[in-house]
Amino acid sequence: MSERIYGIRHHGPGSARALLRELEADPPEVLLVEGPPEADDLVRWVADDGLEPPVALLGWAVDDPGQAAFWPFAVFSPEWQAIRWAVRRGVRVRFFDLPYAYRVAPPPSSPSTAAGPEEAGEAEESADGEVRRPVDPIGELAAAAGHDDPERWWEDVVEHRGVPVFDAIAEAMGAIRETAPDDPGDLLREAWMRTVLREERRRQQRIAVVCGAWHVPALTRAVPAKEDAARLRGHRRGKVAFTWVPWTYGRLASWSGYGAGVRSPGWYHHLFSTGDDVITRWLVGAAGVLRAEGFAASPAEVIEAVRLAEALATLRGRPLAGLAEVTEAAEAVLCDGEPLRSELIARRLVVGERLGAVPAGMPAIPLVRDLTATQRAVRLRPDAVERTRDLDLRQDNDLRRSRLLHRLRVLGVPWGEPAAGRGTGTFREQWRLAWQPEFAVRLVEAGMWGTTVPAAATARTVQRARDATALAEVTELVETCLLADLTGAYPAVLAALDARAALDTDVHHLMAALPALARTLRYGDVRRTDLAGLSTVTTSLLARVCVALPAAAGSLSEAAARRLRDGMDGVHRAVGLLTDGTLRGRWLDTIGALAVRPDLHGLPAGRLTRLLFDAGRLDAAEARRRLRLPLTVGTPPAHAAAWVEGFLSGGGLLLVHDETLLSLVDDWLTDIPAETFDDVLPLLRRTFGAFEPAERRALSERIAGGRPEGGRTAGDRPEGGRIAGGRTEGGRIAEPEVALDPARASAPLPLLSTLLGRRLTVTPTRQKGE
Amino acid sequence: MNEPVLRQHAEEQYAEELALLTAGDERVRPPGWRMSPQAVVTYLLGDGDKITPKYVGPRRLIEVAVATLATDRALLLLGVPGTAKTWVSEHLTAAISGDSTLLVQGTAGTAEEAIRYGWNYARLLADGPSDAALVPSPVLRAMRGGAIVRVEELTRVPSDVQDALITVLSEKTLPVPELNTEVRARRGFNLIATANDRDRGVNELSSALRRRFNTVVLPVTRTAEDEVAIVVRRVAQLGRALELPEVPAAMEEIRRVVTVFRELRSGMTEDGRTRVKSPTGSLSTAEAISVITNGMALAAHFGDGILRPGDVAAGILGAVVKDPVSDAVVWREYLETVVRDRPGWLGFYRAARDV
Repeated sequence: MSERIYGIRHHGPGSARALLRELEADPPEVLLVEGPPEADDLVRWVADDGLEPPVALLGWAVDDPGQAAFWPFAVFSPEWQAIRWAVRRGVRVRFFDLPYAYRVAPPPSSPSTAAGPEEAGEAEESADGEVRRPVDPIGELAAAAGHDDPERWWEDVVEHRGVPVFDAIAEAMGAIRETAPDDPGDLLREAWMRTVLREERRRQQRIAVVCGAWHVPALTRAVPAKEDAARLRGHRRGKVAFTWVPWTYGRLASWSGYGAGVRSPGWYHHLFSTGDDVITRWLVGAAGVLRAEGFAASPAEVIEAVRLAEALATLRGRPLAGLAEVTEAAEAVLCDGEPLRSELIARRLVVGERLGAVPAGMPAIPLVRDLTATQRAVRLRPDAVERTRDLDLRQDNDLRRSRLLHRLRVLGVPWGEPAAGRGTGTFREQWRLAWQPEFAVRLVEAGMWGTTVPAAATARTVQRARDATALAEVTELVETCLLADLTGAYPAVLAALDARAALDTDVHHLMAALPALARTLRYGDVRRTDLAGLSTVTTSLLARVCVALPAAAGSLSEAAARRLRDGMDGVHRAVGLLTDGTLRGRWLDTIGALAVRPDLHGLPAGRLTRLLFDAGRLDAAEARRRLRLPLTVGTPPAHAAAWVEGFLSGGGLLLVHDETLLSLVDDWLTDIPAETFDDVLPLLRRTFGAFEPAERRALSERIAGGRPEGGRTAGDRPEGGRIAGGRTEGGRIAEPEVALDPARASAPLPLLSTLLGRRLTVTPTRQKGE
Repeated sequence: MNEPVLRQHAEEQYAEELALLTAGDERVRPPGWRMSPQAVVTYLLGDGDKITPKYVGPRRLIEVAVATLATDRALLLLGVPGTAKTWVSEHLTAAISGDSTLLVQGTAGTAEEAIRYGWNYARLLADGPSDAALVPSPVLRAMRGGAIVRVEELTRVPSDVQDALITVLSEKTLPVPELNTEVRARRGFNLIATANDRDRGVNELSSALRRRFNTVVLPVTRTAEDEVAIVVRRVAQLGRALELPEVPAAMEEIRRVVTVFRELRSGMTEDGRTRVKSPTGSLSTAEAISVITNGMALAAHFGDGILRPGDVAAGILGAVVKDPVSDAVVWREYLETVVRDRPGWLGFYRAARDV
C-alpha cells in the first residue's frame, strides 16, 4: 500500500512543479484534493479545453444565493495541475475538504467559524480580532529565513537541497504545528479529511493526497475514527450548488480574504510557464510593457537591468534573482526611478490581466438565476426584438423594473438603453429594451462580482469608485447609486468623491458635483443612506468651492463667464436646498465678496448681485446703486450689457411676478436721464429682447395697469406710455379685482393637491384688493 | 583628530569603523574597491553594534545603490531636498574608494572644465600643449585613480555641460584631442550624481545622459515619529550653534509643523481619511527645521519665550506658499477643510488665518 501526502503551498508554482514530478514518478489510483466535495461532478469539465484558468469554483447556498464562496485556481496552482494530470490519465479525483454545505448552515451551539484559506468571503469576515493560525505557513517559513518571496525560497532552499521536497515540508510543518494555536474550523475540516481518507484506504491501494501543507501533520497523525465522528456530529448541512466561473489575476491578487497571499499571480505564471532565462524574459517583458505605453526602454537598458538584478542577488547572497530583485532593477534602470512606471509594470506584469473562460455548457451561475427570478417577479421578459417601454416610477413595479435595468447596465449588460427623449416629469422613464445573446456571456463574467444582481452591481460600483480618476466619473457613480438604488455602494462612492474632490483643481467640476448631492441630501432619494457621510462630503465640497471660486473668476472669456454663471446658479440652488444655515452664510459671504470685484466679468457679476439681492443680503437702495453703476460712463458697453443680462437672467416671468424686483428695475429705468437713455437703449434691448413675447406683453401690461398712484412720478419717457414709478406705502402693488366663481375654481383643487402633496380646500373669504 | 576644521570628511570622521569593516571583510571585492559590497551596505546602515547607522531608511535602496556601483553603471540619487542624497553619496564614496573629496559641485555656472579638464595657461603659452599643462578635473582624477567621483546637484548644471559626461560614462574614456590622446578609466572608477527633480530652476537631464544612470529615489522619512525625532535633534543642534536663547522645545508645535508638512507633502491627512492638494514647494524636513528655528527665535526675542502657534504660523505660510496664486488656494483649502475642525488646533487655525 502506498499513500503519499503532498503538502503544497496554495498557488505555489514551485509546489505545482514538484507535485507533477512526484505524480509522474509514483502514479496513484485515486487523487484526493483539498476542496469542496460537492464539486466532484464538476471535475470532468477540467478536460474541456473551454475551461481556461484562471477559473474559480463558485459555491452558493441554494436558498440564499447571497451566501457564496469562491475557490480560485490558476494554471500554476498545484491543485489545478494535479486535477488536470488525473483527468488526463483517467485517475479518479475526489475533493475531500469539509463539505461547503456545513458552512452555509446556521452554526450549531458551538461557534465554529469554519474559514479555511480558500474560503474567500467568510475568511474576510472572521479574519480580524481573534488570534489566527498562519494563513501561509510556507510563506512564513520563508520570511523567517529572510526571504520576501516564498517561491524563490522554495526554489533556493527546498528544491536545491536535494532532499525529497514534500517530506521536508511535512517535517517543518509538524514542528510548527506543535506550538501554533489550532483553529476550531481547521480541526473540524481535518476530522472530515481523515474520515474520507480512512474510507478511501479501504477501497484503494495507491492514494495521493494534495492539501495545504498546514494540514499534513494532522492527516498523518493517528486519530481514532470515533473521535473524528464525535467532532463531526451535530453539524447541520445546508443545500448548496456549485459551478465554474471565470476569474482574473487581478481578483486573485486583490482578494484580501484569500489567505495564501497571491500578490503576484503574473510573476507566478511567469515562473511556472518559463523554463529558462526567467530573469531575462521577465525584464524583456517589462521593457515591452513600457514601450507599449510610449516610454523608451532599449535592449541596452534591459541588459543593464539584468546585470543589476544579478548583482543584487549576489549582494543579498541568493543563488538567483527573485521578484524583489527584478522589480528593483527594473525600477532603477528601466523606469528612471519613477513610481508611476513601476506601478505600470506591477499592474500589467506582476499581477497580470489574464481573464479565464468557461465552456458554454456550464451550469447556470446564481447571478443568472437571480436575474431570471427578478425578471419573472417584475414581469419583464427578455426578448431579442427591440421595443420601447415607458416606466412610471410612481408605480412600485415600474420602479423595480427601472432599478433592475439600471443595475444591469452597471454590470455591463445594457439590456435597456434609456431613450433619448425622456419626458419632462422626473417620474417617467423611457427605455429601449433588446436582449442580445452575448449578454449571457457578460452575465457569467459578472458572476465574479456577486451572486445576486444588486450585490454584484454594488460590488462593481464600489470597484469603479475606487478606480475612478476624475471627479466627473465619480459624480456619475453617485447618480448611478441613486438610480439603481445601490445603498451598499454609497459609502465607497462618497469616499471616492471626497478624495477626488480634494485633488480636482477645476472649480467647475466641483460646482457640477454639488447639485446632485444636495438634491439627494434634501429629498433622501436613496433610502437608508448614510446621510451623515453625505452631508460631510457636501459640506467639504462646498467649502472647496468657496475657497477656489475667487481664483477661478478672474479674466474670463464670454463662454467661460457663461459657464461660471451656470455653475454658480447650480450651486446657489443647491445651497438653497441645504438646511445648514452656516453653509448658506458661507456661500453668500463668498459671492458677496466676489460680486464687488472690479475684474469680474459682467455676466457673473450681475448674476451674483441679483442672487444677493434675492437672498436679502442687499437692500433695495444698495441694489439700485449697483444697478446704476454699469450704465455710467466709466463702464465699457460690453461689460454693462453683460451685467444687465446677468442681473435679469432667468426669464421675464420672474419679473412679472416678483413685485420687489419689478419695482427695483422700474425705478432704475426711470432714473436713467433722458439724454443718456438713447445710449443705453441697445444694451437694454439686448436683455429685454431675449424675453418671450408673451412675457414682454405681460410685463408691459403689468407696468401700464397695475401700479397705483402715489409716491414719485416718473418724467416723460421717450417711447411714451404711462409708467407709474415708486411704490405704495406697503410696498405692494395692488391686485386687479377679479370675480371668482367658487364652484368652478374648486374644480382643479384635487389635482393641485396631488401635485403639491398637501390638501387644498376652498374657504369662503373676502376678495383681495381694495 | 584635533584639526580645527568645521567639518571633517566622512572617511576621517569614521576612519575607525572603516578600518574595522575592512579588516574583517573576507568577501570578494570588486576591482578597485576598498571593501566588499556587503560591507559597504553594513557601513551605511550600521550593524547595531560598533558600526553606527549613517542612513535611516529602506535597506533595499542602499542595496540597489551599491549593486549599481558594482555593475559599473553610474548612480543617480534623486529626491526632494533634505532626503540625505549628498550624505549617502559621501559615505558611499568614503566606503568604496576611501576618498570622498573628488567632488564636482553643480551650479548654474559649472563649466565644462570642471567635468573634463582645463589648461594651465602659463604652461600652455610657454611649452605648448602638453600633459603637464593639463589641469585635470575631479572626474579625470577619479578616472586615473580608479576611484568614485561625486557630482552634486547635477540638474543645476547647464545642459550642454551635463552632456560632457556621456562619453565618460559610456566609453569610460576621456579624449584629449589637443594632445591627440585619451585618458582611460582604471577599474574602480564610477560616478555618483545627486539631483532633485522638484525644485525650481533645474535643467532636465537629456535622455541620452539619463540612460547612462541607474536611478535610486530616496524617499522622505517614512513615519511621523522618525521625522519628529530628526527635527527635534537638528533644532537642538542648530539652536546651540546659532546661540539662540533657550526656548523650551515645544513638542506640541514641532509635532504640529511636522504633521502639516507631512500632510501637505503626501496629499493625505495622517489618519488617511481626507485627501488634500499638495503645494508646489517641496516641504522637506529641512524646511520644517527652519520653520521651528525661526519660530523659536520669534518666541525668544519678541514673544513670551514659549513657542506658540502664532510663532510658527507665519513660517509655515512662507514655506507652503511658494506660488502666490495656486499655493495660496491650497493652503486656505487645507486650513478650512482640515485644520478648522481638528480638535486642539483652533489656536493654530486662528493664527494661520490671521497671518
